[in-house]
Amino acid sequence: MSDVADRVKKIVVEHLGVEEDKVTESASFIDDLGADSLDTVELVMAFEEEFGIEIPDDAAEGIQTFGDAVKFISDAA
Amino acid sequence: MFDLTGKTALVTGASGGIGGAIARALHGAGAVVGLSGTRVEPLNALAAELGDRVHVLPCNLSDPEAVDALPKVAAAAMGGLDILVNNAGITRDQVFMRMSDDDWQSVLDVNLTSTMRLCRGSIRGMMKARWGRIVNISSIVGATGNPGQANYAASKAGMVGMTKSIAYEVASRGITANCVAPGFIATAMTDKLNDDQKDKINAQIPAARMGTPEEIAAAVLYLASEEAGYVTGATLHVNGGMAML
Repeated sequence: MSDVADRVKKIVVEHLGVEEDKVTESASFIDDLGADSLDTVELVMAFEEEFGIEIPDDAAEGIQTFGDAVKFISDAA
Repeated sequence: MFDLTGKTALVTGASGGIGGAIARALHGAGAVVGLSGTRVEPLNALAAELGDRVHVLPCNLSDPEAVDALPKVAAAAMGGLDILVNNAGITRDQVFMRMSDDDWQSVLDVNLTSTMRLCRGSIRGMMKARWGRIVNISSIVGATGNPGQANYAASKAGMVGMTKSIAYEVASRGITANCVAPGFIATAMTDKLNDDQKDKINAQIPAARMGTPEEIAAAVLYLASEEAGYVTGATLHVNGGMAML
């Protein structure tokens, strides 16, 4: 697993309090990991901070799964 | 009674009577205070009076870009933004049938839209801190209506609905959002009224007098305090009993 994926996974596990093995490529933050809409906003804020990037609101809305987040951040970094 | 030591507070409309009193109250409780307003001179005068822990942050609330930037500027100056008090407001009174689009829009822009922008810009930091206080200064006329003030009343009622919605969304993050709704308060604006006009107003107030800016500031101080952490989505009416809501 890439470095980006590891760091994203760490944030997700810490923020949502879920088991690491639940955080799979296709795991949806809301449907599978129990996030509410405010959690998703906070996750994006945490990603921005961890990776020193800006995630615009329209892009943030497209980040639904763990895989989406890793792909967006890998492309942006 | 309420200790805001270590907290940072931004007050808009701090050049006015009520805003100045709010800034003094928060500062008196130990907060670092950012004074915002359009007129720089009264802000500087107030800052000089308060001494340390004060930042003057002028902003024209009809300029959307300046409004969006204000929370960042304030947080950078004060080292954070824990308490936001949206007090600034304007009136453009007119009989409703003659109210122009501009009368309507300018009041909505400054009173409601700038409040929305400042709330939006402040919440990110509050979410991270897991602590925040938003206090929006509404008005009795937002609840009761007032002839000649359809625009002002709409902006102040809109503020209440918006504040409640924000309160819902961020309550789980330790952030509260409330309104204070002043009735008739003695300020430079009401000083212009003659005695006859004042008597007529006072006759409608069970307390038989106008309120003071300090009485509004005390309500704001309470809602900004640690102790008011379980109060959210509320509107605290401070009106001498003029409307018991």
